[in-house]
Amino acid sequence: MSTVAIETVTREQVEDFMFLEAEMLDEWRLKEWLGLFTADGAYYVPTTDTPADASPDNALFYVADDRFRLEQRVERLLKRTAHAEFPKSKTRHLVSNVRIRGRKDDELDVGAAVLTYRTKMGLTETYIGSYRYRIAVTPDGLRIREKRCILDMEGLKPNGRISIIL
Amino acid sequence: MDQMNMPLTPEQPAVWHDPARHIFKVSRRSFTDTQVFRDEYRRIFDTCWLYLGHESELVKPGDFVSRIVAKRSILFTRDATKKINAFFNACPHRGAQVCRERKGNAKSFQCFYHGWVFGSDGTLKSQPGAECYPADFNANGAGNLVPVPRIDSYRGFWFICFDRNVQSLSDYLANAKEWIDIIADQSEVGMTLVGGTQEYQIRANWKLLTENSIDGYHAINTHATYVDYLKNMQGSMSPVPFDGTGYDLGNGHAVIEYKAPWGRPVAQWIPLWGEEGKVELAKVRARLVERFGEARADRIATLNRNMFIFPNLVINDIMAITVRTYFPTAPDAMQVSGWALAPQDESPWARKFRLSNFLEFLGPGGFATPDDVEALEQCQRGYEAMKEAPWNDMSKGMIKDKVNYDDELQMRVFWNEWQRRTGATAMAREETR
Repeated sequence: MSTVAIETVTREQVEDFMFLEAEMLDEWRLKEWLGLFTADGAYYVPTTDTPADASPDNALFYVADDRFRLEQRVERLLKRTAHAEFPKSKTRHLVSNVRIRGRKDDELDVGAAVLTYRTKMGLTETYIGSYRYRIAVTPDGLRIREKRCILDMEGLKPNGRISIIL
Repeated sequence: MDQMNMPLTPEQPAVWHDPARHIFKVSRRSFTDTQVFRDEYRRIFDTCWLYLGHESELVKPGDFVSRIVAKRSILFTRDATKKINAFFNACPHRGAQVCRERKGNAKSFQCFYHGWVFGSDGTLKSQPGAECYPADFNANGAGNLVPVPRIDSYRGFWFICFDRNVQSLSDYLANAKEWIDIIADQSEVGMTLVGGTQEYQIRANWKLLTENSIDGYHAINTHATYVDYLKNMQGSMSPVPFDGTGYDLGNGHAVIEYKAPWGRPVAQWIPLWGEEGKVELAKVRARLVERFGEARADRIATLNRNMFIFPNLVINDIMAITVRTYFPTAPDAMQVSGWALAPQDESPWARKFRLSNFLEFLGPGGFATPDDVEALEQCQRGYEAMKEAPWNDMSKGMIKDKVNYDDELQMRVFWNEWQRRTGATAMAREETR
């Protein structure tokens, strides 16, 4: 995709990229997954009584990772001492309703629906929500500049944690 | 040897406290039994002062919050006269919830079922078909929203009680007031909850979260990855070793107060915060010294506090401040609400680092709380064997004259009050046959 102009990126290409990302997450290939982000990439999960476009600088989120903290999150999750994910849960990210909502400069504004299942210790939890991505079109291909998972839930209930990447 | 781990008698208290022999055990039945769960609602949640909300949630006249407290839906309002009220969110006519929004601003609340309208002070304003009722229908106020029997506040924290005859909030809070002061004094204009609520459910008994919230003993094991994270981050720690003690605050309240290496926005600088942060924190610190003198300023700025207010309020003033409350929905399930508390007058810089600090450690998406949740759920699983393996041990530090912050005194304070109120026994009647 090295010479691809932003105007020519298709939804199918974006979907392939997002499906690849989902596969990496479900196979716990988290270090590879980090490679899908730009060097200034960020990952957010706002609280559910906060506007979807809120800033973590002045509102309480569940997750607000800059690139450094995202790398640390991955490093943590791959350790035995990340007790919430030892042994590792099984997950399945179902990504759907993908749409390119806008194109500006080198960046795509992408929306999608997501349903993630997490199974561990005889229990399956579901996380329902939408995604908003800022995807950079780079010489190396598509890269995530910002991933925001907006939960369509009342808090996390009945779940107790976000110990996986949503 | 087996007998050593069994109750001495089936009817002995659930909390087995023998100071002379340094024994403090808690029956695992306390975490699993439905009768204990029902007794807890009757003898604790129906009779103790319970945290409802913070004054910063109701700024303007007409602001309201609806919230579940001990299973009841409560409407928390600031009325036109600026008075703060708490009503049962149930229409006096037929019982439907008059407010179905979680928060907002409204002059009145209309029950959608038959259309009765109430002011934010709870008074009945109108009802369709009023001509079919006597002219003095509401002369005795029976048509108004029912107020919660007792409501009172301390330093911006609002509490309610369903027992009209409860002691005053001030007496109830006992020595916890001193520690609430330490937190409230961090702002000259008042503390505020930052927007955004963390709400989650843990599949474990609610008392496990009480223990965990004031447990200085588990951090090194449970939170090994958080400590790794701090070490990986350049300049994330000041050269301050963990050191401190636990206190019994009376009436089941307890606190641990200690030094720790992490940065505190009020006010312990870490190199990561750079020169801008150094200048900012020096200003915050200097103002505290002006207001309170060196000793108290130092205590406010550099000590951390994990405080528990019986039965279910946690205010932890650590790398950020969290206010957390939780209610059981079953013996093995609780719902948790967590907020971030901050000085209203802190700078955008401080607010940003405070929230960043908060998320690193706290909350269900942080680097620590998910592992606490896992620990609590694993404990609950262990309690399935409570008939054969009936006791938890909570004796750490009993042999000492002065306990350390990572001993278990603060949990023993909670459990002794819990035992006093519930009168629970180590085994259920049917198990003794």
